Amino acid sequence: MADFSQLREAVLTGNAPAAVAAARQALDAGVDPVELVNQAISPAMEEVGRLYEAGEYFVPELLLAARATKEVFQLIRPLLAQKDIPPAARVVLGTVQGDLHDIGKNLVGAMLEGGGFEVIDLGVNVPPEKFILAVEEKQAQIVGLSALLTTTMPAMKKTLDVFRTAGIRGRIKVMIGGAPITQSYADSIGADAYGENAAAAVAIARKLAGR
Amino acid sequence: MGSAFMPTLSLNLPPGPVITDGAWGTQLQAQGLGAGECPDAWNLTHAGQVETVARAYVEAGSQVILTNTFGANRLRLAAHGLGDRTLEINRAGARISRRAAGDRVKVFASIGPTGRLLAMGETNEAELSAVFEEQARALAAEGVDALLLETFADLDEIRAAIAAAKATGLPVVASLVFDSGPARDRTMMGATPEQAAAAVIAAGADVVGANCGNGIDGFIPICRRLRAATDRPLWLKANAGLPEIVDGRAVYRTSPEYFAARTLDLIKAGATFVGGCCGTSPAFIIAIRQVLQTAKPR
Repeated sequence: MADFSQLREAVLTGNAPAAVAAARQALDAGVDPVELVNQAISPAMEEVGRLYEAGEYFVPELLLAARATKEVFQLIRPLLAQKDIPPAARVVLGTVQGDLHDIGKNLVGAMLEGGGFEVIDLGVNVPPEKFILAVEEKQAQIVGLSALLTTTMPAMKKTLDVFRTAGIRGRIKVMIGGAPITQSYADSIGADAYGENAAAAVAIARKLAGR
Repeated sequence: MGSAFMPTLSLNLPPGPVITDGAWGTQLQAQGLGAGECPDAWNLTHAGQVETVARAYVEAGSQVILTNTFGANRLRLAAHGLGDRTLEINRAGARISRRAAGDRVKVFASIGPTGRLLAMGETNEAELSAVFEEQARALAAEGVDALLLETFADLDEIRAAIAAAKATGLPVVASLVFDSGPARDRTMMGATPEQAAAAVIAAGADVVGANCGNGIDGFIPICRRLRAATDRPLWLKANAGLPEIVDGRAVYRTSPEYFAARTLDLIKAGATFVGGCCGTSPAFIIAIRQVLQTAKPR
């Protein structure tokens, strides 16, 4: 097995140029890109998440690490495509209707991209119908809903209700998050998963995508 | 440390703790503000309702009230299509609070963060400076007593806001949110109370503070740490805990009485300006006033 310690270290320190250089070196030496993801990138991002949970990393460190892995994924995505390996799941992301806050959603988007997901970010104040259009058009498997305000939380429930009425609920997994959101709220509206923070989003999305 | 209140503010307030106000957003919702509506725009469209909130705090005994301008920077207003109304909305907000405050109560004008992260390249220092200068100038032009920079999480962003606020010549309060990390004692970007105090004082803030957060219990150790880090006056405005959703409505479980009792602990820990953030109301201010009258701290 190849030695990925340099690549892991580059991701953990958020050093994008070093991460890309280490990844390129490994690929040039004949390392399988899937192995690179599974043996280096994913464990490194899990470690970043662990450091965040432990309070050793904060948002700036998360963003730097996510940026580094995102650049590595740009390098390996064409190689995966050549081998007919499907990309990680597509995630449609947005802040629900009536809510204009996007910091949390943007952090989740950056982390998911760092986790190898293809993220379709619909922005803020997104009506349920717009989520549905994006799911259909992009054949997305996961929808991420964000809300910062207690007053806009009910829009999450409404969005899920519209998904059900439109008949797409069974085809997608829905993950939700935001300052006032809790697991019990997620359960009460029938969401598939709740993420407490952006670092947790990658592991949750992986689980929902079944990989 | 903490022996003298207001060493750098000449506001002619009596010595001792100063009672500020409680939440505006949740009070405006009680006046009919809808989900997703721009609260700041109400300064133009529903001035009477905004003034009702301001007057309720004056009547409750607030010695300092804020303005309904927390989100009235050009970047946030632009999200509502109101970027070109920035000056009007700020000036109207300051006038409403000034009118409600009369001669006895001070008006500290609220300036919140832009909602854009420097670390993600969503904005830059030059844009932040221009945005905060515009808002600070508009508020100062209406004769407010001080500028309050509240609910910031990023030291780089609040530095830009402090520089803009200082340029008006008014006293500046710099208040951050400590709600992250396992002990909930860091900003979202990882700054400790000590790091935050040092940064905002170096940037020229006259008062150092914490607001929002995860309820008042967590504010007491944070207040103690800020007190140890600086002899500037401290500004502490906790929220009424994180809300629970009951039948589709946000319910804050902290009672005014409990909040007031803990406010007394905050004052013992060195707080100068006390009040409440999201979920608090005039009832909380009345409770704080009653507790202070009974306790007569210091």
